[in-house]
Amino acid sequence: MIRTLWRKLIDPLDGPLMALIGLLLAVGLIAMASAAPARLATVLTHIGIALVVMRVVAQIPPQRLMQLALPLYLLGVVLLVAVALFGDIAKGAQRWLDLGFIRGQPSELMKIALPLMLAWYFQKHEALLRWREYAAAALILLVPVVLILRQPDLGTAILIFAAGFFVILLAGLPWKIIGGLAAAAATAAPFAWHLLHDYQRQRILMLLDPERDPLGKGFHIIQSTIAIGSGGILGKGWNQGTQAQLNFLPERHTDFIFAVFSEEFGLLGNFVLLVLYALLIGRGLRIAAQAATLFGRLLAGALALILFTYVFVNLGMVSGILPVVGVPLPLISFGGTAMVTLFLGFGILMSINRNRMLVQK
Amino acid sequence: MQLRDPQDGLASFNRRIAIAGAFVLICFALLLGRFVWLQVIQHDYYETRAEDNRIALAPIAPNRGLILDRNGVVLARNDSAYTLEITPAQVEDLDATIDGLAELITIEGRDRRRFNKLMEEGKRFESLPIRARLTDAEVARFVAQRYRFPGVEIRARLFRQYPHGAFAAHALGYIGRITDGDLRRIEAWGEEANYRGADHFGKAGLERHYERELHGISGHEKVEVTAGGRVVRSLARVAPVPGNTLTLTLDAKLQEVAERAFGDRRGALVAIEPATGGVLALVSMPNYDPNLFVDGIGAADWEALNNSPDKPMVNRALNGTYPPGSTFKPFMALAALALGKRTPEQEIADPGYFSFGGRLFMDNKKGGHGMVNLHKSMVHSCNTYYYMLADDMGIENIAGFMDQFGFGRRTGIDIEGEAAGVLPSPAWKKKRFRTPEQQKWYAGETISVGIGQGYNAYTPIQLAQATAILANDGVIFRPHLVRYVTDARTGRRRLIEPEPLARLSLRQEHIDAVKKSMVGAVHEGTGARVFKDAGYVAAGKTGTAQVFSLRGAQYRKERIRQDLRDHSLFIAFAPADAPQIALAVLVENGGFGARAAAPIARQVLDYYLLGKLPEGAAPADEGAVESDLEEAP
Repeated sequence: MIRTLWRKLIDPLDGPLMALIGLLLAVGLIAMASAAPARLATVLTHIGIALVVMRVVAQIPPQRLMQLALPLYLLGVVLLVAVALFGDIAKGAQRWLDLGFIRGQPSELMKIALPLMLAWYFQKHEALLRWREYAAAALILLVPVVLILRQPDLGTAILIFAAGFFVILLAGLPWKIIGGLAAAAATAAPFAWHLLHDYQRQRILMLLDPERDPLGKGFHIIQSTIAIGSGGILGKGWNQGTQAQLNFLPERHTDFIFAVFSEEFGLLGNFVLLVLYALLIGRGLRIAAQAATLFGRLLAGALALILFTYVFVNLGMVSGILPVVGVPLPLISFGGTAMVTLFLGFGILMSINRNRMLVQK
Repeated sequence: MQLRDPQDGLASFNRRIAIAGAFVLICFALLLGRFVWLQVIQHDYYETRAEDNRIALAPIAPNRGLILDRNGVVLARNDSAYTLEITPAQVEDLDATIDGLAELITIEGRDRRRFNKLMEEGKRFESLPIRARLTDAEVARFVAQRYRFPGVEIRARLFRQYPHGAFAAHALGYIGRITDGDLRRIEAWGEEANYRGADHFGKAGLERHYERELHGISGHEKVEVTAGGRVVRSLARVAPVPGNTLTLTLDAKLQEVAERAFGDRRGALVAIEPATGGVLALVSMPNYDPNLFVDGIGAADWEALNNSPDKPMVNRALNGTYPPGSTFKPFMALAALALGKRTPEQEIADPGYFSFGGRLFMDNKKGGHGMVNLHKSMVHSCNTYYYMLADDMGIENIAGFMDQFGFGRRTGIDIEGEAAGVLPSPAWKKKRFRTPEQQKWYAGETISVGIGQGYNAYTPIQLAQATAILANDGVIFRPHLVRYVTDARTGRRRLIEPEPLARLSLRQEHIDAVKKSMVGAVHEGTGARVFKDAGYVAAGKTGTAQVFSLRGAQYRKERIRQDLRDHSLFIAFAPADAPQIALAVLVENGGFGARAAAPIARQVLDYYLLGKLPEGAAPADEGAVESDLEEAP
């Protein structure tokens, strides 16, 4: 009886994906126990909620998800407009929307809704993809990105742009256009510099030379690279990282938690972590390759690449090769909303995986 | 219109997925490369940086050196006590915190005002004392409630303490919290590191002059700290070296006798041991309690000290300049002999006045002293003798001779801020005044200078020093208050100013003649009544310095406002044949020298030479000074 219930419960879940998620969550809990032990209970609650969400979504067939694409996207856009008009201002940027019962960042919703929408759009026009369809896709992509840019939240805007762009890319955007866009971006970079907010420019400058303001804006990067570098090959040992334990690392349970992990577990720990992430992303890409429909392929591929983007941007930022943009490390950083969004993505991956092509070539 | 082949699309998609996978691996390889760079290649550098972060050197301020009198009586020491301290930058609502603290610990209005003053000095990031010297009960009450007060701490601190209060205040000086001016001085010495963790600095007197001896060498503790600066544990400790001990030439009991002798009168006394230049007593009255300054003086106390018409903060012995009056005469007499202008026996006729340029300079005795030689001129303080002498010598000769005795020049005593005074001369006038009219030296002015009036203005220590040089037959020592400095580490003593600076080329017979006449002045003349039945032979001279020009009118004491009355002066050394002590006494507005200043000198000499105390005081062998004076171990 219990066995059948359990079987029913885990039936829609993907074994390899679950194993990798479990391992990464374990790494995250170990790092969290060192960085902020008082928050462990909260993290476990977040994981619990996120697992329920994932299980529910995994049960939903991709066809139903497709039906949700347009409404979710439109809801997301409406909420972003609402934020622009009535949102709370926190830390100088309008990102939060208080709806009384729920308080959250609509941009978080968009991280799933945008790729969903684009995957649905390309599925609809699967038979006939011309420049007009790509232009429409670009419009679908740019509306939320511009709204988020205005908040201003460059980091999230870039991530959401990436999420949508992955779909368009996988949908078969001709390489010529990709090359042209890359060239255009390179040319536009100096002009974009002038459009950046002052604090955004500071972050980029800090990356180039963090020592120019060691106690101010460069502090985060300096302290996190010191933490990583002083960790050495084997690390200082769990709970033994002086940078972390003596409070030199800022944001050490959120965006900079990797520095805590890296200081205490060293290059070896980093390598294990990278392998786990690579396997997780690889599993996502494999699910994409095996998906039955274009919608499933595009969505799964985009989700896997979004996961990669988060990991790469966060690790790059904490180790000082990318500017500080405020991206959490998936499965490890503290943060309820981000965790739920992430598991929503895993749920979709599993849903797509259940409907994979039965005929293999 | 062109329809796509689904199989074609699938192959294209799978190709792109593969490219994406490769891209992921390349990026991860890039990250791995970065980690290898940081954790393997640059590891040593970052490890050092992490250690630098973690380890801080907490300075330990050394104990300040003691100040002892020549017999080992402790004049300044350190006293350990608990203070309640607030770091304003770590406190959100300062007023509420202080109000909360006031429920546990007595915090008076003056404590708050003093704290606010420290805050105004811009020390928000330092730990500032709000209450000093907590009782054990107060410490216990605070410790129990400590969690309520982040940014508030109890610390054991050493306080400078002057156990005898105002006693010898102008010699000892005081310490206070380090100001920006002090910091510049510390930087100029290159001693910043040694003052890390120190709060106090010598502000006046010996405490200031010997700051570097007294301060010591700060130690430090290697501690592990958090980013917020909180100490987690101690890793190593280097103990501080306490400051060196100063042993003074000052005789505390003599100083006490001298201070008491002044009563509530204003004035100064400097007593010097002629054979060494050691200062035996340095009195400036009124004085003040240096203990008030140690924790930062309260506004009310500061106002009271600063606005008092008696100016207790002024060190009259070093900074007050006064005309020497007749105490100048022994030096004039010596100049006359040395320059060959007079012989001791040579007599002049004194009709009671000296006429010069159509102006009469009056003698101090109506009708004059008759025939006057050097001895008589000194015994009776005959003005006419010195008017004539000054005229014969000329101002350049007078100034040249007096300069050798240090008149109008800082003595270089080991206390800062000494005034130079004025030794009048045509050159000085030229520098001092602007218009040619004012700059011109008038011969009539020389006559006034001859009796110690006119532009003459000297500090009491200059007078005492000149007297000591005379008593010591022309051998000059720099006056000094510290006899030796005892090194805190080695225990070795270092003598201060043990060698004479110079020897004046004077003939002994001239010196003896002047000394003899000064003995006459004390025992036969103007000082005879005061020094009746003294058990020793003293040489000296009374003086009266005009504050207010009478312009020929009769001097009637009762008619003149007290603060315009003449200053009373007296210089002396004793025993006359082998001087052990030379002194100068000044009583502001005390009237004639024999009235106010000479009796003070008598009490001081009686005590120093005979161990005799003035009537009404406790016998010498039971401690001439307050009974709480203690001997240093």
